[in-house]
Amino acid sequence: MNNIWLVMIAGGLITFGMRFSLIYLFGRFEVPETMRRALHYVPPAVLSAIIFPELLLLDGTLDLSMENTRMLAGMVAIITAWVSRNTLFTILVGMAALFLLNWLGL
Amino acid sequence: MSEARRNFLEGIRAETPLLIGVFPFGMIYGALAVNAGLSNTAAQMMSSILFAGSSQFITAQLVAEGAPALVIILTIAVINLRHMLYSASLAPHLKNLTLKWKVILSYFLTDEAYAPSILQYEKEGLQTYKHWFLLGAGFSLWFIWQTSTAIGVFLGASLPDDLPLDFALPLTFIAMIVPVLKKQPMIAAALSAGITALIAHPLPFKLGLILAALVGIAVGTLLESRYKQEAE
Repeated sequence: MNNIWLVMIAGGLITFGMRFSLIYLFGRFEVPETMRRALHYVPPAVLSAIIFPELLLLDGTLDLSMENTRMLAGMVAIITAWVSRNTLFTILVGMAALFLLNWLGL
Repeated sequence: MSEARRNFLEGIRAETPLLIGVFPFGMIYGALAVNAGLSNTAAQMMSSILFAGSSQFITAQLVAEGAPALVIILTIAVINLRHMLYSASLAPHLKNLTLKWKVILSYFLTDEAYAPSILQYEKEGLQTYKHWFLLGAGFSLWFIWQTSTAIGVFLGASLPDDLPLDFALPLTFIAMIVPVLKKQPMIAAALSAGITALIAHPLPFKLGLILAALVGIAVGTLLESRYKQEAE
């Protein structure tokens, strides 16, 4: 994709702008309470919007069967993340689960 | 030792435990970005141009899926909106600095630099050289992020093709998100965004992603307001 540089530079400028914004504007602008509250929900919303299709869609169709190894490995990862709260460990267990499930031919 | 230097080193020291966690993360990013089809240069440069972990992972993912540039840029903006909160929160502590200092510190203002700095500032109160603390935390994180990305890019090119490496991305996101899901509005935000993403998936230009994110944010915010009202 040739647009990658455009994406990075525009994304970088926007990100810097947001980091700089209120340090620069201090005293001239107050973050509204509703926005402050809404910002807490950005990570769970955006990440779930990526995770769900990755685990549950196969070629664009919903696949909730036990043959969907990505869904099963994803569930293993969710439990691991819940119990361990460790990023690296969760990734390793999830990868191992997918590898094993595919290898077993489930 | 000068007061500035002491604050700078203290910032690095406070950042060190976080650096240990960030290092493998940077390596995973580097390896995934290359596997997602980014050139080595682009993958490396993203770590200094964007310098924001989760949005770099998502950018790599969306590039691999062939999402249009505008959608990726919008997504980066939504994900990084939280930096405005950090900016607001640190602003009173940095108000007397020159513009040059404000620009430099803003560039280094990541989740991991913000967290120890705001804790330090709230503990120590107003001191003349404390911006050096944020610089120490931010710069050491930047340095480790660039180094670990480079190692990841280097290793990523040599990984076997049959490893389901693309699956590491959703796994990374799961690892990031699950520990945050403690209260009902958070869980509702995640579920509603996920289900919307499934339904809206056929929409062109990956617009389903942005729609789903907005639905999740709205659901979480509205539920939280309702709980607050009931509690009062």
